Amino acid sequence: MKSITKQKPFDEVKQQLDRFDRVCIVGCGTCATMTKTGGREEVLNMKEHLQELGKLVTGWTVIPTACDEMTEGALNLIQGIQNANCILVMACALGVHKVNLYIDKPVIPALDTLFIGVEDSPGYFHEVCAQCGQCVLGETAGICPLTACHKGLLNGPCGGTNNGKCEVDKEKDCAWTLIYQRLKEQGRLDLMHKYHPPKNYQVVPRPRVIKLV
Amino acid sequence: MISKFRQVLNSGKFVVTSEIGPPKGTNIEKMLHHIDLLKDKVDALNVTDHQSSVMRFPSIGGCLAIKEQGGEPILQMTCRDRNRLALQAELLLAYTRGIRNVLCLTGDAIPVGDHKEAKGVFDLDSVQLLRAIRQMEAGKDLGGNELDGTIEFCAGAIVTPEARPIEPQLIKFEKKVEAGAEFFQTQAVYDLDNFAKFMQYARQFSVKILAGIVLLSSASMAKYMTENVPGIFVPKYLIDELASAPRGEALNKGKEIAGRMVATLKKESICDGVHIMAIRREEVVPDILAIAGL
Repeated sequence: MKSITKQKPFDEVKQQLDRFDRVCIVGCGTCATMTKTGGREEVLNMKEHLQELGKLVTGWTVIPTACDEMTEGALNLIQGIQNANCILVMACALGVHKVNLYIDKPVIPALDTLFIGVEDSPGYFHEVCAQCGQCVLGETAGICPLTACHKGLLNGPCGGTNNGKCEVDKEKDCAWTLIYQRLKEQGRLDLMHKYHPPKNYQVVPRPRVIKLV
Repeated sequence: MISKFRQVLNSGKFVVTSEIGPPKGTNIEKMLHHIDLLKDKVDALNVTDHQSSVMRFPSIGGCLAIKEQGGEPILQMTCRDRNRLALQAELLLAYTRGIRNVLCLTGDAIPVGDHKEAKGVFDLDSVQLLRAIRQMEAGKDLGGNELDGTIEFCAGAIVTPEARPIEPQLIKFEKKVEAGAEFFQTQAVYDLDNFAKFMQYARQFSVKILAGIVLLSSASMAKYMTENVPGIFVPKYLIDELASAPRGEALNKGKEIAGRMVATLKKESICDGVHIMAIRREEVVPDILAIAGL
């Protein structure tokens, strides 16, 4: 599992940092390093850009995994963090959340968190699960229609499908054509005839909280 | 008051429906003119629901205008813009205002339209919407609560007989039939031999099929549709026929082709009727009907 992020346009970061002149930068050694959005190299690049803007970068670090509880200790070890008047976080929103929990200074995200995805080939990530709380993969040949179909349809393809491609993008596969082909190969096409009732969104009340015993 | 359109569907008559595209804005003069022109020439008039995800005057507004002018409206409802509460509420409103027919569609995707940054809803899909209607008719809303006054609709759906691959579409078609669809208006068909094969299959279900007839206004438009619109294939001989029309005569040729197709479908009893879509040229529908001998 990877939390897939992309860097915000620098102008947006610049605008959010407008009122701060002393910045401490925090990157993440896990997902953001793999996506090359908040690893050591990106943090140092950011440091340079901020210095060009006339900001004082009081300190920086790359926390091994920004979203776990070690973050608290790691933040305390950053030299110069106390002199900063804001923390620029180059991690996914989970990392931003953790940093925000442990430090009483304004926290600014430098990345946009896109989705939880898998890497198909180096640098290419795609979303396979929308974490909907009610898995249908057993009946859809292991391909999630909620995630892979642009409209998240549960009862088969829309009329916008064309030669196995999606109406929103001729390069994108139609999820329901893939599901159909796979079910057919597996001799389970009867599953495509099954009616799926409207999705129960109550299984995923937001914000989602669960106590695992 | 039951649906007049349902009575026509069950009468055995060759059914003709057409379609009104509401304006983008409050200037409804042209729409009212089209309604006036068509309401007595067809059995029912659909009103599109933000067709191609382009924000417009709403389908229900057009349907009310048709009612006011004494016509028979078919309310098009897509699942793109409303969640299950809003869809059910609109069905309640439609029913109280005398609208008795509804066409259930998934809806085009948001990115193909003119509000690309909007949130697509798709809380229900077309099959679930059909079932919702039947459940409300039985007196309960989707939350399982008792309704104080129910609805009754002649409910229909769409099918794409030329989709490739076709089998997933046919499975969905069958799910729509099971969900309670009484009639189907098809995506545009041009190859009548192919369509007749689809009808052989569809005849095993007790639903009425109205073949979609989309007016071809020029050879380039026909080519564009074949290349870009999912599930639409215009055979080369029709494109050539349009291209062979003298300058300024392509639209007349398109009307002739549409009229000829309607006549053939009726004469050979291929299907139960036609749904004529003359997108933005609604005023030529009477010509098509005249050419078809209707």
